[in-house]
Amino acid sequence: MIECRNISKIYHSSDIETVALKNISFVLKTGEFVAIMGPSGSGKSTLMHILGCLDTPTKGEYFLDGKNVSQMSDNELADIRSRKIGFVFQSFNLLPRSTVLRNVILPLIYNNAPKAGRLQTGQAALKAAAFPDQFWEHKPNQLSGGMTQRVAIARALVNNPSLILADEPTGNLDTKTGEIVLATFQKLHQEQGRTIILITHEPYVAEHAERIINIKDGEVVSDSKNPNRRIAGRQTL
Amino acid sequence: MKTTDILQEVYSALTSNKVRSGLTVLGIVIGIGSVIAMVSIGSGAAGSIETSIQSIGSNLVMVMPGFQRGIGTQVSAGRGSAQTLTQEDANAIEKEITLAKAVAPEISRRYQVTAKGKNTNTQVVGTVAGYPEVRNVQIDTGTFISDQNVRGLSKVAVLGPTTRDDLFGTGADPIGQIVRINKVDFRVIGVTRSKGGTGFGSQDDMVFVPLSTAQRFLAGDNYVTTISIEADSQKDMAAVVQQTTGLLLARHNISNPQLADFQVLNQQDIVQTASSVTDTMTILLASIAGISLLVGGIGIMNMMLTAVTERTREIGLRKAIGARKKHITLQFLVEAIALTFLGGFLGIVLGWLTAFLVSRFAGIATQVSAQSIALAFAISAAIGIVFGYYPARRAASLNPIEALRYE
Repeated sequence: MIECRNISKIYHSSDIETVALKNISFVLKTGEFVAIMGPSGSGKSTLMHILGCLDTPTKGEYFLDGKNVSQMSDNELADIRSRKIGFVFQSFNLLPRSTVLRNVILPLIYNNAPKAGRLQTGQAALKAAAFPDQFWEHKPNQLSGGMTQRVAIARALVNNPSLILADEPTGNLDTKTGEIVLATFQKLHQEQGRTIILITHEPYVAEHAERIINIKDGEVVSDSKNPNRRIAGRQTL
Repeated sequence: MKTTDILQEVYSALTSNKVRSGLTVLGIVIGIGSVIAMVSIGSGAAGSIETSIQSIGSNLVMVMPGFQRGIGTQVSAGRGSAQTLTQEDANAIEKEITLAKAVAPEISRRYQVTAKGKNTNTQVVGTVAGYPEVRNVQIDTGTFISDQNVRGLSKVAVLGPTTRDDLFGTGADPIGQIVRINKVDFRVIGVTRSKGGTGFGSQDDMVFVPLSTAQRFLAGDNYVTTISIEADSQKDMAAVVQQTTGLLLARHNISNPQLADFQVLNQQDIVQTASSVTDTMTILLASIAGISLLVGGIGIMNMMLTAVTERTREIGLRKAIGARKKHITLQFLVEAIALTFLGGFLGIVLGWLTAFLVSRFAGIATQVSAQSIALAFAISAAIGIVFGYYPARRAASLNPIEALRYE
């Protein structure tokens, strides 16, 4: 379970205060699939950094699995990220020199997972992300964009996180491959009950989630169930 | 993070840009290689000078005449020119200095030596039977001068191998032949073994004759030019020097040691002087090599800083998926150390090879010591740590959010 209580983020640069987030509060139940939507400059990226424990709020509290992580040190945050959070980025961020499988198991070397089970865990994650096994030993630059993003999703899954954070995961993809990625998220949500936060500026992408939180100028403007949810890839899958 | 994980990440990072890693390693290879080669040449030279000094005898103390200076004048004819040492001095030393194992007075001078129409100008040394022991001379064929030869004023000569070659042809047997020195005929009774022609003049280009014969027929007086004393052991040498000085001062009726008409040289002083020269040379060579090592180290730092900038997004990603600061520091530090260790290892091989080729083709003695190898390894590891630390800290302190956005 995730809870934000009056989270504010204020940046100071040369005596000018910039308020990026103002009193954000919401609760996310385990297994929910939420989209955080807003135009650029709305503060959604700042919110994602706080939710992903890459940054701490100036004011307010953030509870992840009942633990207040808003005032933790750098090392404690790194440990939380390594055990509880999986990131999917717009620009994939895979290591170009390593194979697909090696990329997927990269998070495991930072959370002291025993060496023996790593490959199986990585393979299971790749299967869950619907990544075909004949490409496991390929390098990322030999794959298409949709395939690459599924490697990134598998990497986000590999440490069995409490929360998957996807930052514009379809931003670098065309509509069709974007569909495939969204379908992958829906499948993970449905079949594995994963908690997923999807950050996007596109209403079309956001509509694949169960619930949509709209942000504008650092404030929540609406937070509601998504009445007409899209199911991705009905035609393609 | 396990050790094998770090090594695997480091291997993958370094092999992904082999040319750049190779060129960076080359800087260290050249640096370490030249340190090893230079030090080996330096200590090889020191070693060969030491051997050549040792070849003139071991635990040797030499007494030589001092300045020749007329009464009431300041004009000096130079060291060793005075005729102040006599056969009696040598006999007194032999009798009274108990720490002296053997004493060999000698009179030496250059003469024209002829045999069967061939002639050469060489050093003629008049000496006694104890000379071979004191001055480390060995006999190849025949015999050396005996006490009987000295007592009987025998006109016999022992040739050095080079003199033998010059007068009778290479490898000829001159025993029983006649050589003429300063219009006096001498019968050859032996040839000494070659000592090698290194160091202070060739020890092989000499003719030895009995001391008494040399004094009577060649020099025409009773003086000697050098008295060589072999001490019982190395630790007795200082005592021998002191006692000899005291004895000769008393014999020559000189009360002020500053005015002594002779000088006593300790072989160890000569060795020390020579080795201080070669030490200076070794330090000079090693510091030149050290500069190239420093340049290699800066090359490592440069490459690591470039790598940190290039891999900013990778660092951001690693931090996002849970890497702590120390994991990032460790990875970049180990990358730098791996490069310098590889460079150090190849440098040792290269330096060894250079030293080998130098002694093989340039004829200069070289000596690769275990210490210089250990030193090279320690230096290369230190360079990796020193020049790798700053880039590694810089990588570790990157803000993950900004690093992930870096273009």
